[in-house]
Amino acid sequence: MTKYSQQEQQNMNLVADFMQSIRVVPASESAIILYIDQPLTDTLAEQLQSIADGVLSLANTSEIEIVSSYASLLINYNPLKTDHFAIKQMLFQAIKSMFSDNSHTDYSQQTDQKLVELPVYYSDTTGPDLARIATHHKLSVEEVIQIHQQQTYRVFAIGFAPGFGYMGQVDPQIAMPRLATPRALVPKGAVAIADRQTAVYPAASPGGWNIIGQCPILMFNPNVEPSMPFKVGDSVRFKAIDQDTFFAMGGEQ
Amino acid sequence: MNALMPHFIVERPGVLSLIQDAGRFGQTHLGLTQGGPADRFSFNWCHNLLGNAHTCSAIEVVIGGLKLISQSHTIGCVTGAETPVTVNGKATPMWHTFEINIGDVIEFGFATQGLRSYFSVCGGFDIAPEFGSCSTVVREKIGGLSGDALKQGDQLPVIVDTDNPMPQSEINAIAPEFIPRFESSVTLRVVLGYQHDWFSDLDIRRFFSSRYEISSQFDRMGYRLQGTKITANKTQMLSEGITLGAIQIPADGQPIILLNDRQTIGGYPKIGSVLSLDLDKLSQCKQGDYVHFEAISIEQAHNILHIDQHQQSLIQIVKKAYK
Repeated sequence: MTKYSQQEQQNMNLVADFMQSIRVVPASESAIILYIDQPLTDTLAEQLQSIADGVLSLANTSEIEIVSSYASLLINYNPLKTDHFAIKQMLFQAIKSMFSDNSHTDYSQQTDQKLVELPVYYSDTTGPDLARIATHHKLSVEEVIQIHQQQTYRVFAIGFAPGFGYMGQVDPQIAMPRLATPRALVPKGAVAIADRQTAVYPAASPGGWNIIGQCPILMFNPNVEPSMPFKVGDSVRFKAIDQDTFFAMGGEQ
Repeated sequence: MNALMPHFIVERPGVLSLIQDAGRFGQTHLGLTQGGPADRFSFNWCHNLLGNAHTCSAIEVVIGGLKLISQSHTIGCVTGAETPVTVNGKATPMWHTFEINIGDVIEFGFATQGLRSYFSVCGGFDIAPEFGSCSTVVREKIGGLSGDALKQGDQLPVIVDTDNPMPQSEINAIAPEFIPRFESSVTLRVVLGYQHDWFSDLDIRRFFSSRYEISSQFDRMGYRLQGTKITANKTQMLSEGITLGAIQIPADGQPIILLNDRQTIGGYPKIGSVLSLDLDKLSQCKQGDYVHFEAISIEQAHNILHIDQHQQSLIQIVKKAYK
């Protein structure tokens, strides 16, 4: 019988526990999706990132495409070259190595997550929903602005539009459901809240989130590399700026 | 652009004409969608007849009305939806290469069967890629010429192969029995997946035994259908990656099939996905056309893809000499 070291045994137990929390199902003839049934924490975001990186390092990256979101990884593959069994195998191997790379308590160090600070001009004109959120939660507008800046947010997903990052979790004290009727036009740079998520609109578009301020930084610039100030897994903090700074940084109202 | 560089001038853009290549891959981390030809079979065969790689660009002509003036001597080809096409007023057959001279006027009528036709030339159009592709996604303002559909006065440079400066000396055509027919009622094969277990057995049977009609909301992002309502027994879910052909069932119970320009992530339950080959047929349909669904296993889907690849290798290109 094979003897395992205490470390190996411990890793196997961790993998076994983790496997209890996941599900892998087909999404189409050319995609499978991994679900991790865990609360939305930094650990979950780091695990998703680590598994995605692991699969990409095992696969031929030109034939695989991963869409990472809150608690799932969609893996698209070329069914003429491989199949769902092979991709699942890679997925399980990536999970195993996540726990065995002698860093199972601190796998965040494998990735290059960063902390991004985004300036926001919070005001009545740039944040038309500030007063409503304040009234709803029996807070002052200043308190809403303060609470929004206190949290460090995690970028859980990027989608909806190029450069649109879904960030969480917003403090329940200022969480706010989406507008019943979405606005026909949300300005570029609008900083907004929907339930416990916050985001910056990268371009003018229709939208139903509650607008609390405006950010002068471009969220998506196709002409520079990198095109976005953050990626999935990064941390974001918001910092209040005044009107002059907003305009000086290139903000437009 | 250098006036001597061979190009085409857009005299009239028609209803909606979009530069497309094979699509934009590996950019979903920025929220950029895939784009690419909605009817891949017609797009690929346009390039096969021209001797082009499938990564070359073509114009996806939706409904029709496009008028181009050539400033180049090359070979062209039109495939896809049955559309009257003329060169200097004279009808030219589809699925068939034709010589184009400087000053020629190429004009598309309106599709009589199907919705999208594809036009390309030897080597494709020379459009600078954005994020690895020149596919136009109008919603994202990415690809094509300045992120938009073709407009009057646009100039489309043509890639010139200096090793092979003279266009082919023969006409290439697809044997007529291989030209697809675009029907107004299509059966779409579906691999169950995603949240299919959120639907009762009864609703799944309803879904596969009903006929759905294509609503007025159909475009390259998705096709919204109308018909028998089916309901997921849960509604709350976290947004997740959406694959090509995914069938979303929002709260109103009416399916939406997501296509090339879909959002990369979304939070509606999905019953499964349409087989990619069948999306070619769907994307040639329009409002009022009908859709049936048929369940297949993932293994069957893979077999069908391999068989299709083999069958496509048997499609004959007929060579004819110029008159």
